[in-house]
Amino acid sequence: MSLEQALSKGKFVITAEVGPPKGVDIEEMLEDAELMRGRVDGVNVTDQQSSVMRLGSLAACHLLKQRGLEPIYQVTCRDRNRIALQSDLLSAYVLGIENVLCLTGDYVSLGDHPDAEPVFDLDSVSLLQAAKALQQGKDLAMKELKGSPRFFLGAVVTPGADPLEPQLIKMEKKVKAGAQFFQTQAIYEPERFEQFMQAVNHLKVPVLVGIILLRSAAMARFMNKNVAGVHVPESLIEEMDQAEDKAKKGIEIAARLIRDMKGTCQGVHIMAIGLEKRVPAILDAAGL
Amino acid sequence: MLVSELKPFEDILEYLDGEKNVFLVGCKGCAEACQTGGEAQVLEMKQKLEEEEKAITGYTIIDFACEKALVASKLRGHWSEVMDADSLLVMSCGIGVQATSAVIDKVVHPACNTISLGGAVGTWPGSERCRQCGDCVLDLTAGICPLTACTKGLLNGPCGGAKDGKCEFEPEVRDCGWHLIYERLKKLGQLDKMREIAPLKDRSKMQPPKHLRSTIMWALEQEEREVAPR
Ligand code: SF4
Ligand code: SF4
Repeated sequence: MSLEQALSKGKFVITAEVGPPKGVDIEEMLEDAELMRGRVDGVNVTDQQSSVMRLGSLAACHLLKQRGLEPIYQVTCRDRNRIALQSDLLSAYVLGIENVLCLTGDYVSLGDHPDAEPVFDLDSVSLLQAAKALQQGKDLAMKELKGSPRFFLGAVVTPGADPLEPQLIKMEKKVKAGAQFFQTQAIYEPERFEQFMQAVNHLKVPVLVGIILLRSAAMARFMNKNVAGVHVPESLIEEMDQAEDKAKKGIEIAARLIRDMKGTCQGVHIMAIGLEKRVPAILDAAGL
Repeated sequence: MLVSELKPFEDILEYLDGEKNVFLVGCKGCAEACQTGGEAQVLEMKQKLEEEEKAITGYTIIDFACEKALVASKLRGHWSEVMDADSLLVMSCGIGVQATSAVIDKVVHPACNTISLGGAVGTWPGSERCRQCGDCVLDLTAGICPLTACTKGLLNGPCGGAKDGKCEFEPEVRDCGWHLIYERLKKLGQLDKMREIAPLKDRSKMQPPKHLRSTIMWALEQEEREVAPR
């Protein structure tokens, strides 16, 4: 079943991400993806995550598709201009990849090639517009296509941003531009997430709440200090701090958050960031 | 005003590798203000190069090295020294180096790096920057340029990287441009402007149009080129 079908059937959908390797040894990535078979409705493949140069998202999505998994192709505007982006969208479609997550992308300075040219010819909103235009048989230059693709278009939003209003305004624009589902930045405060869901209720668009698996108290503190829009409450940090088995505690917290927020949204998006092997355990603990 | 800094001395020596006789060109404009091409720096360069066994055939400090007519007339006054040199080392911004190169058929080396100002600044520069994009969107953005105030030049609102009003790139020094735009639109009661999807940027307008490539100044420059010493 495709991600789109799962959502339209009203199923509580589950997505999780895998990161392509820095190099050509794809074994571990495929192993991680294999663990998700039958457990998730879509596997996100990150696009040069954190601006670190690696194997491309398109090739990795193709490999997953060949193995009968349901890839979600993440595309950022950092590295390609409008010609390359539109072309890659067409390429994705002919390879059978229909789920596309459109992102702005981190700045180049965050990664391992801080001296690279940052492109940003388009942004997340205009990338969605480009994908929508292609579906309607025209490119951004209004030129006719020979055969048009069909996508299920996604976008991201940060429900923990402060102030939240600019995020809401941009989310609305993304919907207008063609976004059909949202995956969120991680959020660890169910009440705050509920307020966010109330604020976007009128958009009538499915939202998959983002969960980043905690590995230690230090990691939580690091995110609080450095990751925009992510706030781990002190009580959770303490829980992690005091736990003897940090791996188990991280899984337990993730599962608890999923259970607490399940009723307010249409799905969950798990970002294990290198600990993909723990995803099945999180789902077990959350009763999914 | 253009901001320049001296290149590392080793780089300059590498440029001059295989050359013995050098003529130095300084600039009393911005380069003097930046302490990269004023008389003091030219004399210091002269001494350092002589210590490296280079022969300095002469030097001149031009009022504004960006002005080709001034460069040409100054060089004319030092004609034999210039002709004796294997190359000229120009201690100014990149414009001064290009202007020198444009008026003399000799090898010209840059001694400085010209530092980015992040877009054009006014005659009395403050923090405002303009990238001369050829299609101004300030009406949509409360008078704050998203192309220069936002590190990624985004047109449709903030990315996910803004934290406490600061940009994900160099948060110690950079405000998030879109945070500033949002706050100001809100203050002006114009938040609806942010709800409009911005038109796609026509990047071709970021190149100078033909009529600006062929002005009266340009015609004068052609003339100067003919009378300048070759
Ligand atoms: S929108 Fe374009 S023209 Fe207007 S200030 Fe910015 S760069 Fe300059
Ligand atoms: S943090 Fe703000 S200024 Fe920096 S790139 Fe994102 S939107 Fe632009």
